Amino acid sequence: MADDKKDIDAVSGVETTGHEWDGIKELNNPLPRWWLWTFYATIVWTIGYTIAYPAWPGITGATAGVLGWSSRGQLAEEMDAARAEQAVYLSRIEQADVNAIAADPELVQFAVAGGSSAFKVYCVQCHGSGAAGGEGYPNLNDDDWIWGGTLEDIAWTIRHGIRHEPDLDTRFNDMPAYGRDQILDRDQISDVAWYVRQMSGQEYDEEAAARGAETFEIECSACHGIDGEGVPELGGPRLNDAIWLYGGSHAEIVAQINNPQQGVMPAWGDRLGETTVKQLAVYVHQLGGGQ
Amino acid sequence: MRNASWVVLVGAGAFLALLGAALGQDQLFRVHMGILTVVLLGSTAVLLRTAKFAPAGGDAASESQYFDSVVRYGAIATVAWGIVGFLVGVVVAAQLAWPQLNIEPWFNFGRMRPLHTSAVIFAFGGNALLATSFYVVQRTCRARLFGGDLAWFVFWGYQLFIVMAATGYLLGGSAGREYAEPEWYVDLWLTIVWVAYLLVFMGTLMKRKEPHIYVANWFYLAFIITIAMLHVVNNLAMPVSFLGAKSYSLFSGVQDALTQWWYGHNAVGFFLTAGFLGMMYYFVPKQAGRPVYSYRLSIIHFWALIFLYIWAGPHHLHYTALPDWAQTLGMVFSIMLWMPSWGGMINGLMTLSGAWDKLRTDPILRMMVIAVAFYGMSTFEGPMMSIKAVNSLSHYTDWTIGHVHSGALGWVGMISFGAVYFLVPKLWGRQRLYSLRMVNWHFWLATLGIVVYAAVMWVAGIQQGLMWREYNDQGFLVYSFAESVAAMHPYYVLRTLGGLLYLVGGLIMGFNIYMTIRGKLRDEVPMGEEAPQPVAQPAE
Repeated sequence: MADDKKDIDAVSGVETTGHEWDGIKELNNPLPRWWLWTFYATIVWTIGYTIAYPAWPGITGATAGVLGWSSRGQLAEEMDAARAEQAVYLSRIEQADVNAIAADPELVQFAVAGGSSAFKVYCVQCHGSGAAGGEGYPNLNDDDWIWGGTLEDIAWTIRHGIRHEPDLDTRFNDMPAYGRDQILDRDQISDVAWYVRQMSGQEYDEEAAARGAETFEIECSACHGIDGEGVPELGGPRLNDAIWLYGGSHAEIVAQINNPQQGVMPAWGDRLGETTVKQLAVYVHQLGGGQ
Repeated sequence: MRNASWVVLVGAGAFLALLGAALGQDQLFRVHMGILTVVLLGSTAVLLRTAKFAPAGGDAASESQYFDSVVRYGAIATVAWGIVGFLVGVVVAAQLAWPQLNIEPWFNFGRMRPLHTSAVIFAFGGNALLATSFYVVQRTCRARLFGGDLAWFVFWGYQLFIVMAATGYLLGGSAGREYAEPEWYVDLWLTIVWVAYLLVFMGTLMKRKEPHIYVANWFYLAFIITIAMLHVVNNLAMPVSFLGAKSYSLFSGVQDALTQWWYGHNAVGFFLTAGFLGMMYYFVPKQAGRPVYSYRLSIIHFWALIFLYIWAGPHHLHYTALPDWAQTLGMVFSIMLWMPSWGGMINGLMTLSGAWDKLRTDPILRMMVIAVAFYGMSTFEGPMMSIKAVNSLSHYTDWTIGHVHSGALGWVGMISFGAVYFLVPKLWGRQRLYSLRMVNWHFWLATLGIVVYAAVMWVAGIQQGLMWREYNDQGFLVYSFAESVAAMHPYYVLRTLGGLLYLVGGLIMGFNIYMTIRGKLRDEVPMGEEAPQPVAQPAE
C-alpha cells in the first residue's frame, strides 16, 4: 500500500494525488493562473472599493469612505438636479393661476407633460391609463362633467377630492336612498328608471315612463335638472346622454335609485402640492372635454 | 417486530395531530392538522401491513452492503416532485400571462408561487440532494449509512415536510418569508428531520474506511450544516398560539429584511450551489471516467466559496433602508465570489479533458456538461447583477427571474437529471437505461426551454427596468407602472412556452425512468450510430 511510486494519469500525463474513492482519482494540477490572478484582482478591487465607499462597520458606526458618497446623498443630488432643471417652469406655474397657464403655450406644454406624468402615478389606478375610466370611475375624455369641466372646477376637484371628509372643501353631495329609506315604493322607482331611460334615448316602457316623469320632476330634477341635463354645481350627474357611471340598463338605474353608490376620490392638494394640482388640471382639461 | 417502534411513534403522531385538528385556534390550523392526521394514519396503516415479525437482525447478511433502498425511493421522489414542480411552474407562468387562470382562493398566484418555488427547490432539489448524498457518501467512504432506519426517517420525514408545506400554502398559510414560507410548526418539524440528516451523514463519514474525505462530501456536509443554521435563524418566530398557524418573526424592520436575504441568498449558495457541486464532483468524473482535474483547485475554491458566500446576502437590498456599508459589503463579497464559484466550473469542465469525444455518444454526460456551463454563466451573471449600477436597473425586474431560472433549470435541473440517469440503472441493477435516445430528447427540450426562458426574461427585465426609469426631456416619467405590466404580456406568453418545453422534457424523463425501473429496454439504434440506410447507389 505505502509505496512512494507516483501515480501518473496516462491520458494527461499529470500526477494524481494517489487517493482513490469508488474509482475516482484526482489530478494534482496547479491552480489555473488566470483563475488565481482574477481572484486576486477582485480582492484588490474590493480593498480599493471599500476604502472609497462606506464599508467597514465598527462599534458605533461604519467607515464613511473617502469619496463621501451615500445613497441618500445620491438621491438628494439627483432630485435637486431634476428640480433645478424644471425650476423656471415650476416657479412660473406656481405663480400663475390655471387660466393664465392655459393661455401660455409654453407653460401648457410643460404642464401637460408634468400632469401626464403625475396622472400615470396617482390617477391611472381608478381612471385608467387612457383616462377612460371604468364602471364607477368617470371617463375624463368626454365632456360629461359631474362637478364641472372648467379648469378651475377640475383643479378644485383634484385639490379637495370627492366625499373626502377630512377636507372641509371637498366636493360633497348625498343622493337619498329612495328605496332603502322607503321614500319611493318599488313601482315608483321602476317608473322613474323608465323615464330616465326615455330621456337618455334608450328603449323604454311608455306608460311607466309617463308615470315616472311626474316623480322625476318632484324628486330628482333639483339635482339632475328638469330635463336630466345635470347640475354641476351640486354634483348632480347628467342623465340625458349615453354616459353612465353605474350602468344604464333599467335594473342598474333602479339599483342606483334604490341604494345609490357614492364614489369617493382622495383630496390631492396637500399630498401633491399646488403646482402639481395645476398641471394635472391643465392635463385633464385638454384630454378632450374641457369647458 | 421490526417496525413496532415506528408504528407506535407515527400512530402517536396521528393522535396528536387529531387533537390539533380538534383544538386548533384557527380554521387553517384545524384543517392543516386534519390533513396531517390523515397522512399519519395512512402511514401507520402502511407500516402495520409491512411490519416484519422475524427476529431482529434476521437479515444480517444485507447489513454489510450499502443501504440503497432509501436512495431508490429518493430517486423516484426526485423525478415525481420534479414533474410536479415544473407543472406548477408552467401554471404560474400562464397565470401571469393570462390572469383569468387565477382560481380563487386555493389556486391563485399568491399561493401557487411559493408552491412552485418550494416544489422545485425543496421537493425536487432536496430529494435529489438527499438521494445522491446518501449514495455518494456510502460509495466514497466504503461504509453503510450510519444509524440504520434513521435514513428512512430522514426520507419520509422530509416528504412529510413537503406535504405539510405545500398544503399549508394552498390553504393560505404563509410565514411571509421568501423560500421559507412554511409556518412555525412545519419549520420545527424540518429542523428535527434535518438534524437526523446531519447525524446520518456525519455518522457515515465517521465510520468511513477511506483515509480521506472525498471532495463531494465536503460540499454535501457544508450544505447540510449551513442549511441547518440558516433555517433555524431565519425562522425564529413567536407563534400567536401553540394551537394556531400564525407566527411573527423575532426580527423586525430592516433587520428582518437582512435576516431574510441572508437566508434567501445562502439558500441559493448552500442548497442550490454547494449541495449540487457535491453532486457534480461525484457524477461528472464517474460518467466521464476521468480523474478530477485539480485537487488543489477543489480545496481552494471550496473554502473560498463557503467563506465568501455567507456575506453576499445584502446585495438583495441595494438602495433600500439597509445601511450603505452593509450594501457595499454585500456587493464586494459577491464580486470576490466570482472566481471561487468558477473554480467548480473549471474543475467540472476540465475533468472532461481526454473524454470530450464521449459527448457525441453520451447524452447523460452532455446534460452534466451543459449543467456546468449554465452554472458558470449564472455565477458570472450573479456577481454582475450585484454591482449597484447594474442592480439599479435589474432589481425588481424579470431579469432576476431569468437569472434564477438559468441557474435553477440549467444548473440544478440538468445536473440532477444527469445524476438520476446515472443512478437508476445502477440502483435497480439494470443493464442500461430504457432509452438513451429519450435522454437526448430530454436534453434538447430542456436546453431549448431554458434558452427561451432566460433570453425572454432578459429582454423583458431590461425593458421593464428601462421603462421604469424613462424620463422625457422635460424631466417627467414617461410610463406608468401599468404600462410596463402591459408590455410584459408577450414575454410572459413566451416564458410559459419555455417552461412548457422544460416540463415536456421532464415527462419524457419520468417515462424513461419508469420503464427502466420496470426492466424494459427500448429497441433503438445506439447513440452516435446512424439508423441502417438503404445501400447507396453508386454515383453516375
